[in-house]
Amino acid sequence: MCTKIGEVVEANTISFAAQSYELHQAPPFGSLVRASDGEADIFGLVYSVVTASIDTGRRPIARGRDEQDEEDIYRNNPQLPKLLRTDFDSLIVGFRQAGTVRQYLPPRPPRLHGFVYLSGNAEIVEFTQSLDFLNTIVSCSLGAPLDELAAACVRLAEEARGGDYSFRVAAGRELAMLLSTNQQRLKAILRRIRQ
Amino acid sequence: MNADRFFAIDDGPGGTSRQLGIVVSGSLTEGLEVRLASGVSVEDMAVGRYVTIEGKRQCFFGMVTDIRLETTDKQMVGNPPDVSDSFVADVIEGTSTFALLHVLPMLTIPRGAAAQLRNEGPQPVKTIPAHYSRVHEASEEDVSAVFGAEDSSHYFIGTPLDMETKVCLNLERFVERSSGIFGKSGTGKTFLTRILLIGMVQKSKAVSLVFDMHNEYGWKGSWEGHGDGVKGLKQLFGQKVAVFTLDEESSRRRQVQTDHVVEIGYDQIEPEDIEMLKEPLMLSPRAMDAVHALVKHFGERHWLEEFLKLEAKDRDELAEEIDPASGTLRALSMSLSRLKRLPFLTAHARQDCLKAILEYLDRGTNVVLEFGRYQDLTAYVLVANVLTRRLHEHYVERKEKAMGDKAQEPRPLVIAIEEAHKFLNPEVSRQTIFGTIAREMRKYNVTLLVIDQRPSGIDDEIMSQIGTRITCLLDDERDVDSVLMGVSGKNELKSVLAKLETKQQALIFGHAVPMPVVVRTRDYGTAESYREFGFREAAEIHTLVNEDLKLWDR
Repeated sequence: MCTKIGEVVEANTISFAAQSYELHQAPPFGSLVRASDGEADIFGLVYSVVTASIDTGRRPIARGRDEQDEEDIYRNNPQLPKLLRTDFDSLIVGFRQAGTVRQYLPPRPPRLHGFVYLSGNAEIVEFTQSLDFLNTIVSCSLGAPLDELAAACVRLAEEARGGDYSFRVAAGRELAMLLSTNQQRLKAILRRIRQ
Repeated sequence: MNADRFFAIDDGPGGTSRQLGIVVSGSLTEGLEVRLASGVSVEDMAVGRYVTIEGKRQCFFGMVTDIRLETTDKQMVGNPPDVSDSFVADVIEGTSTFALLHVLPMLTIPRGAAAQLRNEGPQPVKTIPAHYSRVHEASEEDVSAVFGAEDSSHYFIGTPLDMETKVCLNLERFVERSSGIFGKSGTGKTFLTRILLIGMVQKSKAVSLVFDMHNEYGWKGSWEGHGDGVKGLKQLFGQKVAVFTLDEESSRRRQVQTDHVVEIGYDQIEPEDIEMLKEPLMLSPRAMDAVHALVKHFGERHWLEEFLKLEAKDRDELAEEIDPASGTLRALSMSLSRLKRLPFLTAHARQDCLKAILEYLDRGTNVVLEFGRYQDLTAYVLVANVLTRRLHEHYVERKEKAMGDKAQEPRPLVIAIEEAHKFLNPEVSRQTIFGTIAREMRKYNVTLLVIDQRPSGIDDEIMSQIGTRITCLLDDERDVDSVLMGVSGKNELKSVLAKLETKQQALIFGHAVPMPVVVRTRDYGTAESYREFGFREAAEIHTLVNEDLKLWDR
């Protein structure tokens, strides 16, 4: 079951940014999201979540000195959800065209204001039939914690498969082949996959 | 990569044999490196095992000669991952850490209808398969395609390690050239020889003459740990085998049915025979000169008899005449008088045993000559040399006659000798008849089957003439080098040879097999094994005869 969670607000060939419809309700780090360029469904992995003021020049100020509870701040300042926003960035890892999933970059990035959906288990399983997307993660040069991202998406995909150990091992082996000459990095990722 | 299929291991064409891995590098001379597929345990591999490699146009047949562990990142050696964690262990096995098989390609098996039409068998390898060709465990069919099924010329000698397929020797080729059975003491040389002799009795056109130093082949042989011993050739094949003995009394005590008692006359002993005894009789070069002088003096046929008859006074007179300078004759007389202690040596043999041997051999009967109690080297070397020298003369003469009349062609003869290094060591091999036979007697239909535990003692020149070598475990470096001399892939075979078990395992290579092969030799000594050789107990034959008679009566 896929859930609509936001809207594309910035896009380029390798990643896109989306604004979450709900403040503080961004999809989890490493989760699979789907946007569209009008023809193809474009899949991304959430690698960064930011919540900040809608006006980049004005930083939010602390308001809770006299409040007992954090929730009271929002209750007593109902304008806050309108002045703040939660954005998330996704690394593009593949797309689906004419029913076929391909794990390489799509011809075009997603359209701005296109809806972003959080993939359900069935879609995660469909997308992770192949493990080529792990190559996109470990070899990209974004300023993101890529090793954490690889580990997080493997964990989530394993969960979506009902805790399938053989999938975890298969993903680990794919990573071992990709990082065959960098054992330190492999070890770090494996430790994070194991939880 | 498809995650669900990650662990699936390909079953190979037809699903008969398991895929082991892929070729990753290598050369024709040094062999191929095969990366073991994940999911195949390195502990399931063994040196000496056969593999097939699927090339594009032909299939390659090779042998695993080494197994090595590798890592993709050298850091893993100094800083190993935590394999107590089963997840980490499952991930790195076959990916970051893997095993390499060293495979020596030996043969190519042509594929396709055209090759089948030409009826092409396995050919020696002249090229190697391309990168990443798939490597499979050789199936039973592959092995039998290479080593042939049992037929009129192929003889079942044993099974490959971990397989039930039969490995067969081409006996026609085996007897074409001299061959050798090597191995240190207690590794089963005698059993192997018995099996081979049976093969020759059953399937070969050749006959054999066995100089049986320890009375192992004729009637009954010993079997360590089995008091009853094993049946010899005569018990199994009756009329096809004749047992000759040098020691009638010993044979009678052992209840051996002998066909002939061998006596050797002094008149049959020539200086060359004495030359062979230099070591056991401790003869100096001067003593040998004196022997030649005696031959000149008394004549070729009577020198030994006359010399041994001489009294001390007469001998001294003779010494004055032919060897005035030293006391060599006295020393020679003392040495040669040791021959008097051998009862089978007489002044004149009552019967010419060579004639008897030849009669049997001509009829296609194999001859085993038992030495009874005379198991010291002096007797063995002397008798083997005297008889073989005369056999040689006879064969040369007959072969020459056969050039004019094909019907006179002598039957191929295989002479089996033990302790072969005593006859074929570099010092004597040029002079003895055995050296001559090993070098050139193939042309005269005589070859040797040498049985030895110290192959390094055999002259290199002779060793290079040995067509088929069968070797059990050897652990002396020089012996191993000597056996493997002149063989391609020597270093690889060395590692295979060193890993043989001490019993019932042998490496066979050379003229009679298409490629080197390690076999577990077939059983010998149990009732079942005798049946496999075609032997039937008297009671069983009796029952069969009775059944036939009943059928006849109906």
